[in-house]
Amino acid sequence: MLKTVLGVVILFAVIAFTAYLSFYYAPVERSMGPIQKIFYLHLPSAFSSFIALGVCFYANLRYVFTRQPKWDWLGVSAAEVGLAFISVVLITGPIWAHPVWGIWWTWDARLTLTFVLWLLYISYLLLRSMLEEPDKRALFSALFGIFAFLDVPLVYFSIRWWRTQHPQPVILGGPGSGLDPRMRVSYLLVWAAFTGLLVLLVRARYRLEAMRAGVEELQREAEVR
Amino acid sequence: MTLLSNTAVLLGKELRTEFRSRELLTTTVVFILTVVVLFSFTFDPTTSESRRFGPGLLWLAFLFAASLMLQPCFLREQNNDTLSALRLSVNDPFAIFLAKLIANTVFLLLTEMLMLPVFAVLYNVHILSVIPQLALVLFLGSLGVAIPGTAFSAISAQARMRELMLPLLLLPLLTPVLIASTEATAALLDPHPELRRDWLGFLAGFDVVFLTALWLFGEYLLEE
Repeated sequence: MLKTVLGVVILFAVIAFTAYLSFYYAPVERSMGPIQKIFYLHLPSAFSSFIALGVCFYANLRYVFTRQPKWDWLGVSAAEVGLAFISVVLITGPIWAHPVWGIWWTWDARLTLTFVLWLLYISYLLLRSMLEEPDKRALFSALFGIFAFLDVPLVYFSIRWWRTQHPQPVILGGPGSGLDPRMRVSYLLVWAAFTGLLVLLVRARYRLEAMRAGVEELQREAEVR
Repeated sequence: MTLLSNTAVLLGKELRTEFRSRELLTTTVVFILTVVVLFSFTFDPTTSESRRFGPGLLWLAFLFAASLMLQPCFLREQNNDTLSALRLSVNDPFAIFLAKLIANTVFLLLTEMLMLPVFAVLYNVHILSVIPQLALVLFLGSLGVAIPGTAFSAISAQARMRELMLPLLLLPLLTPVLIASTEATAALLDPHPELRRDWLGFLAGFDVVFLTALWLFGEYLLEE
């Protein structure tokens, strides 16, 4: 308990510090202006979501082969937290895009992939809620998670090939090489803070899932008696 | 070898079951027809417009139809609890999937072949000269739909709201198939038809990836 509270306090301080850095220490981007600050929220969220989905895939595989409930708990925790981060990406993206590109949304490869990913992992969580029996829920959602993860590169490449045949707005390839050193420092620190946030959230969610499983088991025992 | 003979026997069973009643095929054909007709109201189906939207809406209709058509695949086994019998009768549970997925591909291809001339007439596109190439696209695309579709049909059969779950699980996953098949079909229906080998290769790759995944993980999908 003390460890969790301490972790939260430290992380809160780090995030506040990185927020200060990204707003005041990092210079304002020349062509985009202050709107570019959203970059410090957008990109780390995207990275965190990728890490979370990777963890989810790993947990799914481990569950199928070991059948230990802990891998199922880790799978659902990572998927849920990953989905939250993808949602942040999908919300901050258009807010950033509108003043910079003049449009809220474009069906570019990266955006579309993010959207399809979001749909896939929503389906994963919905499927879980539709399967009653814990063992079956764990196994089937793990198998769906594996299929969904395998689909990610295929979705990306299909959209990319498809889109290259169409005119597309100028997409910024991220920070590029000409990143101001102060921007880079701020960005790296935000990234570290977000990875910390990811770990903390998954850990909390994992504990909740473990508790939930414990309660479910007690309930079943009570029913048997 | 046993895998092949088992699959052949099971495939015979799947096809016999369907062709006795032909329920699935008739309803799917009517469904696709309805979708194709309803789509025509959403834009002005002149020749140039049809060429732009036609292939996409044709494949969307196929995808939606497939997500409904694949429902009974495992549900049928549940009614009389024949799945356990099936599992006991084969060495390799992959044979069950292989048989079902070949049967589903055959059903899909049959409905598509029936719908293609109707589509060509209604949307005024010329398909006669490109039928062999189109058949190849339809085959690879339908296989791509049937492989994950059969796997997810085993999952959704066990879930609540199963009629909604299957499309929900399947359709986002089929994004690559939709894109590749639509692009390949569009290139064939162009005034200067062209066989897009890149998209066909992509479809074949999709099929191989998911067939391998099904081969590796299929047996777990059949656990009680």
